[in-house]
Amino acid sequence: MGTVTTTTLQQPQAEEYRVHYLNAKYGIKSWLLTTDHKRIAWLYLVSTTFFFVIGGVAAAMMRLNLVSPQGAIVQPETYNKLFTIHGTIMIFFFLAPAVPTVLGNFLIPMMIGARDVAFPRLNLLSWYIFITAGMIFIYSVIAGGVDTGWTFYTPLSTSYVNTHVISAAMAVFISGFSSILTGLNFVVTIHKMRAPGLTWFRLPLFIWSMYAASLIFILAMPVIAITMVLVMLERLFHVGIFDPALGGDPILFQHLFWFFGHPEVYILVLPAMGVISELIAAFSRRRVFGYGFVGFSSFAIAVLSFLVWGHHMFVSGQSVYAGIFFSAMSMAVAIPSAVKVFNWTATLYKGSVSYEAPMLYALGFIGLFTIGGLTGVFLASLGLDVFLHDTYFVIAHFHFIMVGGAVMGYMGGLHYWWPKMTGKLYPDYWARLAACIIFIGFVLTFGPQFILGFEGLPRRYAMYPPNFQFLNIMSSAGASILAVGYIMPLFYLVWSLKYGPEAGPNPWGAKGLEWETASPPPVHNFDKTPVVTEEAYAYGAHPAPVTTAAS
Amino acid sequence: MSEEQHATLVAEQFDDQVQQYQAASLGMWVFLTTEVLFFGGLFASYTIYRYLHYPGFEIGSHHLEVLWGATNTAVLICSSLTMALAVRAAQLGKIKDLIGFLVVTLIFGLIFLFIKFAMEWRHEYLEGLAPGVNFTYAGPHAHQVEMFMIFYFVLTGLHALHMIVGCGIMTTLIILALRGAFSKGHYNAVEIAGLYWHFVDIVWIFLFPLLYLIGGRY
Repeated sequence: MGTVTTTTLQQPQAEEYRVHYLNAKYGIKSWLLTTDHKRIAWLYLVSTTFFFVIGGVAAAMMRLNLVSPQGAIVQPETYNKLFTIHGTIMIFFFLAPAVPTVLGNFLIPMMIGARDVAFPRLNLLSWYIFITAGMIFIYSVIAGGVDTGWTFYTPLSTSYVNTHVISAAMAVFISGFSSILTGLNFVVTIHKMRAPGLTWFRLPLFIWSMYAASLIFILAMPVIAITMVLVMLERLFHVGIFDPALGGDPILFQHLFWFFGHPEVYILVLPAMGVISELIAAFSRRRVFGYGFVGFSSFAIAVLSFLVWGHHMFVSGQSVYAGIFFSAMSMAVAIPSAVKVFNWTATLYKGSVSYEAPMLYALGFIGLFTIGGLTGVFLASLGLDVFLHDTYFVIAHFHFIMVGGAVMGYMGGLHYWWPKMTGKLYPDYWARLAACIIFIGFVLTFGPQFILGFEGLPRRYAMYPPNFQFLNIMSSAGASILAVGYIMPLFYLVWSLKYGPEAGPNPWGAKGLEWETASPPPVHNFDKTPVVTEEAYAYGAHPAPVTTAAS
Repeated sequence: MSEEQHATLVAEQFDDQVQQYQAASLGMWVFLTTEVLFFGGLFASYTIYRYLHYPGFEIGSHHLEVLWGATNTAVLICSSLTMALAVRAAQLGKIKDLIGFLVVTLIFGLIFLFIKFAMEWRHEYLEGLAPGVNFTYAGPHAHQVEMFMIFYFVLTGLHALHMIVGCGIMTTLIILALRGAFSKGHYNAVEIAGLYWHFVDIVWIFLFPLLYLIGGRY
């Protein structure tokens, strides 16, 4: 907790009025027409939070319904719509954009010492495309909802349901282009905009993982886009593409969907892994152990992610030899994932570990992601998956990755860089409390679901046999604790905007170019283009907090 | 300072024109990678169905206007040549030649679209080969022929959409060139538009044999 004192010491200019990106211009137009990557990050922060709330409300209603074996509050049809809304919004409109477009947009140019991303107007266009897609999905919800699940499996989605599949598929189709353009922008930015002296092996690991995630954006999103086009065509014109009754092949849809769908999972978690690398280094005051391994493991994950899609189809009538291949490749993903986890823990070893709020999220990530990853190996095993497929075990597994991993990483990153984004400090006590509540709520929500799934409760049902009620109630109770944990940051972070103490350029005493400029940063990020002369996380080189303020 | 000179030409996030040019060029290549996967999903589906339903796909293919398709292939190859010549003219700073070649490329593009829609799609629609709109074919393997035609319309439609965008880009370039936006050493937009144009042409080079030349026709 030496943070506050170091900050105030480094603030000779705190009194005078300073122009930065937040007060350079005022008015709604200055936000909606901005090309500043930092302001676009705020646009995304507000909009993804909006979608997170909608997806969260849907989840809360599901958990509430599952309190009773007969379904406590809604009809089964409504329940189907709820899990579709929850899944689609969380995947396409919260998790996929959250870390890349909020933290990535804000940080990539700052971390590489650039004034902006390579294509600032394209960056703004991505946001408008995202919002258009989101609004179309909201329309489909208001118009009556969709009940196919976020996977849009055919022929259910194309021939059998009477809900708003076309508008929902259109929303997914359009949102893909937003992600593609963001990924394109990041790849070019990272390649071409790095400051003098910032070689690839001096880059922060967040940049490496964002680069790997951007590659997946570029390669996977177009496939879901074209698949959604085919779904819409089949539904509109009743022509046989995927519906066996019309001569199509539903398995092909599953291949196309999961060719996108599984890499998508790594889009969600890779950026969060990058955040964790930053947090672990900053709060244990050590260079990330095995920097090269952690960096390249991101690429290994990105490459492997395209070779594992068949593990979603072990019971879909896929050839058993394909099953063996996909099983082996899926287990192979555990290797680069474990490389990261072991290197993070090795970084902690003999580090000067401190437990500010972001670090609590990072430690939570390591524990929960490890459980999520290990249960993933269970599910990658061909024989075991036949037993566990489409049960709550799967639900618990991927929520450990997506919520325990991706959301924890996002929350940790948001807390870590909040002082940089706003120039204000939030109350660390409340933030640590929220982190603990989220952790406890999360484990209580999804821990019981492993047992439920192992005992055979299938996913996506609005009702269940009464003997599963106890664990379901535990899970729902956990969800309510989780909700409290997620609501708390909304209050203290907004509070800090007005009442928080000045953060100063580097409240954590962390390394990295983003901490060498003022908080909030000036419009062009740096008063002078920085020249990089040392590797990332050079914490050993000097006593940590002293070096940072000098520009 | 050279920075002052290029101030109007270099966007504020870039240090110099070289960086701007490299970024724009890489951006287009990355975009084309996305496009490969975009078409790739369709090509993969097409290949699987062609393997599964070969007889119907052969019949469907024989209903296509192969001569118009071949003509269009020639038109697009010529347009690629004129596009390449346009880029060369821009490199050399010959603005009049640049405008000329861009206009010719645009005309080739419009000819392609005219043949595609007015000669081919209209014909197939009238013949009752348009699934979901007007499909009356009742010969052998009707379901499979219908599936072939779906892929024919989706693939050529998507390609035509890219051609329409390409024609829009050509028109923009012509207007910019007329306004004097390009000069020797400053022709990024032309070169990058050229990459896009060639890509769309190459997609057609794959589409033509895949769709029109199934089985022995003659």
